[in-house]
Amino acid sequence: MKNKFLTALLSLFTVLAAQAQASTVEMADTMRSEGKIYVVVGIVLIVLVGLIVYLVVMDRKVSRLEKQLSDRQR
Amino acid sequence: MKNWVKIVGICLLVYVHTAGLLAEVPRLNILNETIRGLYFHVPMWFGMTFLFTVSVYYAIRYLRNPSPELDRKVLEYANVGTVFGILGILTGMLWANYTWGSPWHGDPKQNGAAIALLVYLAYFVLRGSLDNQEQRARLSAVYNIFAFAAMIPLIFIIPRMTSSLHPGSGGNPGFNAYELDFRMRMVFYPAVAGWILIGLWITSLRIRLKTVEEAIIELEDEK
Repeated sequence: MKNKFLTALLSLFTVLAAQAQASTVEMADTMRSEGKIYVVVGIVLIVLVGLIVYLVVMDRKVSRLEKQLSDRQR
Repeated sequence: MKNWVKIVGICLLVYVHTAGLLAEVPRLNILNETIRGLYFHVPMWFGMTFLFTVSVYYAIRYLRNPSPELDRKVLEYANVGTVFGILGILTGMLWANYTWGSPWHGDPKQNGAAIALLVYLAYFVLRGSLDNQEQRARLSAVYNIFAFAAMIPLIFIIPRMTSSLHPGSGGNPGFNAYELDFRMRMVFYPAVAGWILIGLWITSLRIRLKTVEEAIIELEDEK
């Protein structure tokens, strides 16, 4: 009985300690609460979308080249 | 490559780059917010491994049944795979600088990845040093199989047998917590799939370009 109680108490402490530790870990919470994280998301998305548009343009260019080539081969 | 596959890849990456920065992640010491690097650094290696696997598949097919078409595929898959690997090394060095203390830590996985990339760089050196097209294709296809056989133990086996700072190998309690985190998987797996699809797209473009280029050379020769 006493053993069980001790185990329960110990596990409770472990959980509490783990939670306490988790909340003290420094994260960019201020940046998030200020909403500035959306600026970062915007910047990253602009770069990503820009590169993908570039890829699409290249894709079209290659398609055009393939068409020109097949016309010449005829 | 079908257009809808490209669109799926684009959508996955847009989702990953939004959720990767906004979604909840486990709070861990030392790692802090840099844990999000997992969404962007690790998919590079998954992409590289995938493209190298396709490359070696075509290398074997080439050796069984040689054709210039297959040789082009072997080359371009290895090419784009190497680009992914270099991006993986660079992102890893930046990440390591802030969590391990220095960009090059001599970590077994880091060293293994660098050696594997050098082995693949030698593949391009080998190709560049041969003039005869058939000879180049055959020798480099054989070398490609060797390079693949060297990469797998260097990146996936040796680091797991020694202690490594990378997760999944040796003692590394700081990383173990997220390995089972469901929230992170919801972003990580789409990231891997998205980058593989974009990698396939870039490779297909390069193969098509190369095909056009060689057809033009052929046309010029006929004149």
